[in-house]
This record gives sequence, structure tokens and C-alpha cells, in this order.
Amino acid sequence: MIREPNFQYPFLIGTIFLFAYLIVRIILWYIELSKYDKLRFIHFWKTKSVWAALKDAIADGLLHSSIFKKNLLLGYMHMSLAFGWFLLIVIGHLEVMVDRRSLNFPFYYAVFYRYYQPHPDFAGARVFGALMDLLLLIILSGVALAILKRIKKQIFGMKRTTKLKPFDKIALTSLWLIFPLRLLAESLSAAYYHNGSFMSNTLGAWFIQNVRVSAIYDLSWWLYSCSIGFFFIALPFSRYMHIPTEIVFIFLRHAGIMPKKYWNSYAQIQMYSCSRCGICLDACQLYEAGVSNVQSVYFLQYIRNNENVDKSLFGCLICGRCQEACPVHINLNDLRTALRIKASKPLTFSYGYTQMALQQKTDIIYFAGCMTHLTPPIKFSMARIFNFLGEKVWYMDEDKSICCGGPLMLAGQYDSASQLIQKNTELIMASGAKTLILSCPICYKAFREDYVLPGISIKFHAVYLNDMIRQGRLPKINLGFKTIYHDPCALGRGSKIYDEPRYVIDSYSQRMRLKKEKAEALCCGAGLGGINLPIETKNKVTFEAMTYFARFKPNVLITACPLCKKTFARDRRIPVIDIAELTARAIDEYVNEQKKSVREARLIES
Amino acid sequence: MSTFDFLKVRRLYIDYDNLDQELLNEVIREEPSFQWCISCGCCTATCSAGNHTTFNIRRISLILRRGEIEGLEEELKKCMLCGKCTLVCPRDIQLRNVVMNIKKIVLKKKTA
Repeated sequence: MIREPNFQYPFLIGTIFLFAYLIVRIILWYIELSKYDKLRFIHFWKTKSVWAALKDAIADGLLHSSIFKKNLLLGYMHMSLAFGWFLLIVIGHLEVMVDRRSLNFPFYYAVFYRYYQPHPDFAGARVFGALMDLLLLIILSGVALAILKRIKKQIFGMKRTTKLKPFDKIALTSLWLIFPLRLLAESLSAAYYHNGSFMSNTLGAWFIQNVRVSAIYDLSWWLYSCSIGFFFIALPFSRYMHIPTEIVFIFLRHAGIMPKKYWNSYAQIQMYSCSRCGICLDACQLYEAGVSNVQSVYFLQYIRNNENVDKSLFGCLICGRCQEACPVHINLNDLRTALRIKASKPLTFSYGYTQMALQQKTDIIYFAGCMTHLTPPIKFSMARIFNFLGEKVWYMDEDKSICCGGPLMLAGQYDSASQLIQKNTELIMASGAKTLILSCPICYKAFREDYVLPGISIKFHAVYLNDMIRQGRLPKINLGFKTIYHDPCALGRGSKIYDEPRYVIDSYSQRMRLKKEKAEALCCGAGLGGINLPIETKNKVTFEAMTYFARFKPNVLITACPLCKKTFARDRRIPVIDIAELTARAIDEYVNEQKKSVREARLIES
Repeated sequence: MSTFDFLKVRRLYIDYDNLDQELLNEVIREEPSFQWCISCGCCTATCSAGNHTTFNIRRISLILRRGEIEGLEEELKKCMLCGKCTLVCPRDIQLRNVVMNIKKIVLKKKTA
């Protein structure tokens, strides 16, 4: 018996609107991609990466495995809603297919199946009924958790959760209402026809005794349909746009499309992929220091709402902790840099004054960089190491130094940075060198990402030292220190160099393991990305980081960045040295021991 | 710009009638630490751009205080924003932000 009701229309309108909107949106995004990105994307469908993308889409989009790894309860909440709903749709359709033994039925039929089919008597009807009830129960538990999270976030081990804008609240409410309303409608149906399962039948029995079911039966289905329709219409304008966008993003990412220096549709897709889960809030050290408007989740929200972002755009240290924590893998640093470039385009700099330094022909160039010039012990230690190794090195920026362009890039001055990059490139290429050694991670990142130096291997000094120790050209000697290694942001998260410095330090001292290290390492607080951060805030970040290190009571704190060294050295609790200084000390110790043993040998001889 | 040389001072008096502190006030509003400047010159001593040219960030700070904002933005184009001045400043002035803000405000005035 199928009655012809009208309540499916709100649902139908919502669904048609949503799909039409999404199709137009995705086509527009695709058109805006660059020519090469389009080719990449077309070629991608012929490669095996499609399967990896599909796997990721299921793992991240439906199961939310990335959030699971970070936070079990939060992961369950997201999974129960996303995967639960997905299964509810799929199994709901299967149920109808099995019942009607055909594929020919309107697609909304499965959504309101309990209404259309009061007497399911096909084989397996009970199993399907139980399964659907179970799925609904799982989703309802997710909704309950979501409500609980809004009320008491501490249960989730989260220190904070995101603030909502009015439109999000409307979408959120309609999403939360969908499933209780479905339960209500199905229970009322079960009250009449007993066509539900363990949950809806029990509730139905209660309803028939206590409520006049006939009065609210149709209304309940109307409300259920309206809540879905309303949610679908609100979706594109609320944070739930992340659900479809994230899938698009995963496929584009696997197609090998990279973030650009300018704001394009890929950046826009990434922006819409943010689910505002708030995991980045807990990762941000600035939150601890009292800044609460620069965090990635808010920052992306401001751009979406076309609000003034100038303050929060330039008030971030670009340390990359949020990017590591992000369960959606959004390239947050690149998004910020692209926007900075866009925002500071009219401010121009020009460096016509930079003169060519004296050209030298060498194999190895050492580029100290501005920050190393401010921490001379690092420079001298490098000289000591090169001396010991007997390498002839050109100290490229010893006098008349030119900046590498990294700090300009962080400030969004892409064109100005290009001038410096060109100058340095000319100098380096003319020298005929094979290796370029850098002792500043900011320079290293700039050279690696923004320079084109064919035939020259760009090496960070810690990597170079690691090579030398492994080749046996530098001695291994225990200096008897208890040390902690601090990963500089631009080296660790920025350039993914974690193990080489550790090997060098392990060769000379006893390194303690920390909980917050490698990708989760703390920022020193002086990152050159933080343009308009007040000094008090920066100092607070430094103090908190140092407090964390001091708990381990090391003899020395070792870092591989002159800027980190300079910043941490202001705090007197732990002496700070660079990895080059540690190596130089080890060399001195080794040379002294050699001299001593020669002297002793001579004494014995005489 | 040779007229910007610290040794070639155009006049030794400050004309208070023409004193225009609007830019200075706006910069201080954006970066309050700028008011702590004691003109010690550490920033200029360490400056990478100053090593190549007569670029003198201390002088910029001084003439900004005198309200002489002519040619200021042009002179600031030499800055490489490397941040050494910020690190050596004994009064913790965020000079990178000061430079960016002077340029931004001058540009805003030009376009307005």
C-alpha cells in the first residue's frame, strides 16, 4: 500500500539545489585551475593514484581516521555522523531494492521508506530493520556527543572549541535535528504498523500508549523532510561545505597539484575543506600567549566571510604546528603566504644598490645568512670545522652580505624577494661551486624552494656534518653533556629534516627524548613570519617553550637555527648552542686528546 | 638618494609650524613599541642594507619624529626586511613592522 503524500518536496528541493550548486561550483573551480594543473588532473585518472585518492577519501572523508589518531572520542563523533549517515543511505537503498526487486524507484523513496512500506514482509526485512535502527542509534550517539562537546569540551580532552557564526548555528541545529526527527517519525510509524525494529518498535509502543499518534504522524514526516531540506540548502553557506569540498581536495591533492604563491581556486578549495574541528587551536602556541584571532580555523573563517584579515594575516609565526596537526592536511602555511603576497603587493622594495661581491672559483660555498652574522660563534665554528676538514670554502656573504629573500617571502614580498634571489643566483652560478652550505634554516628553506641552482647541491650544515661523521672525516667523541635538541620550524616541519641533526648530536652527547619533538616541536617565538605580533606575546611563547625544556634539566639546549639560538639565549635557564658549535667543541676536544697522547707517547719514549 | 645622507643635513632647526606628526602617530598606533626608541643606532649598525648604501634606519626614525616625511617611503625601499634590527634592538622595537607600516600608511595616503 503506497499512499501519495507531499512531504517529500522539502527534501527534494534541498537535494536538487545542493547538487546543482555543487556541480556549478566544481566546474568553476576546475576552470580556474592553471593549464598545467588541468593537464595533471586529466592525466591523474589514468594513474594508480586514483586508488590512493579513493582510499584517502574513504579514510579521511568518511572514517575520519586522521582525527581518530589525534583524539579517539572526537574521531568517533565525526565517524559516527559521516560514516553512519553514509551507511544509512546505502543500506536504506539496498533495503528498498531487495524489497521491490527492482532498481526502478524514486531516489527519495528510501529516505521515507518506513512511511511508504508499512508492512515489510520480504525475506531479510527483520535484518534490514535491525541494521537501520542500529545505524540510527550510532548516529544519534554521535549527535549526543556533538551536543555534549558544545556544552563541555573538556570531556574530549580539548582545551577549546571553535566559535560559531549565526549561519553555522542554523545549519548545525538542522543537522542535529535530522536524526531525532527520523527516529520520531519511524517510531510513530512503528506505533501504527509495528514495521520497525528494536529501537523504533519499543519507542512506538510507548508512543501509542501516551500520545495521540494520528495527530502528529504526518507532521513528524514533514518535519523530518524539512530538516533535511533545510540542512541541504544551508550547507553551501555554512561550514558543512567542507564535506563535499574535502573529497574534491583529496582527489586534487593526489593528482599532484601543489599550492601556489598566488591565491587560486586550489587555495579556495583548501579553504572550504576546513571542517573547523578546532584541532589547530590546541596546536597553536600563540593561544597560550593570549592571541585568539590568528589561528588557522578563525583565519580561514574570516576569509570565507570576507572580513578584514590584515591583523590575523600578519600576526602568525608561520611555525607550521597547525599544518602538522590538521586532520584534513590543508597547506595552511602556503595559504597564508599566498594571501600575504596578495595583500602586500603594492608595497615595493628595490635593491639596485647591491653590488657584485668579488667572484671566486670554489667547490664549496658557505652562505652564513643575516641571522648567523648576528650569532658569530656559529660562523666561527663553521670555519673551525672547514679548517679541520681541510676544505677550501668561499664565505660568500662575509662582507657586503645580501639577504636570501626568505624573510621578504614570509612578509609577502614575492617580487622584491625575487630581486635578491636573482642576485644571489648570479653570484653562486658564477663561482662554479658544487655544494652550497647553509647554517640558517630560513635561508635553507628559501634556497631549496625558491632558487633554481642547477648542478649545485644545497646542504644544511647539520646534514653536511652528518655526512662528514658518517664518512669518518669528523671524529665521534662523547663530550659528556646531557642535551636536548630543539627542532627549528623551518628545518623540521618546513624542510622535513629531523634525523640528521639528531645523529650529529648523538655522536657527541647524550640526547634526551622529548614528547614534543620532530613534527610537534615547539616554536621559539621569534619566527620571522610574525610581523605585527607584539614583543610581549613573542616573549611569552619563548618563555613557555623554555619552561618545557627546563623540565628535563639538560646541560645544554642544542638547536640548528641562529634565530632560535638568539631567542632562547635571552632566557638564562639553559645554555643554548648551535649544532655547529657542539661539533667545533668536539673537534677541539679531539685535537687536544691527540696532542696529549702524542705528548704522553713522547714522554714514555724518553 | 644622496640627499638622504646623514652627513648632509639640510637644516639644523625643526620648523614646528610645519611639524606633521600624523604619520608618526599612526605608526605608533600600529606598532606601539616604536615610541620606546632611544635612537641608540644599534639597528643601523647591524643593518645589511646599510652595509651597501647610506640607508640609515635610525635617521628614518629621527626624521619621522621631526615630521619630515618627504622621500621616506622611497628610502625605505632599500630595506631587505631581514629582521636583524629587530633582534639587536635593546628596547625590543618591532622594526620590521614599523617599516611595513610606514610604507603601508604612506601608500594609503597616496591612493586616498
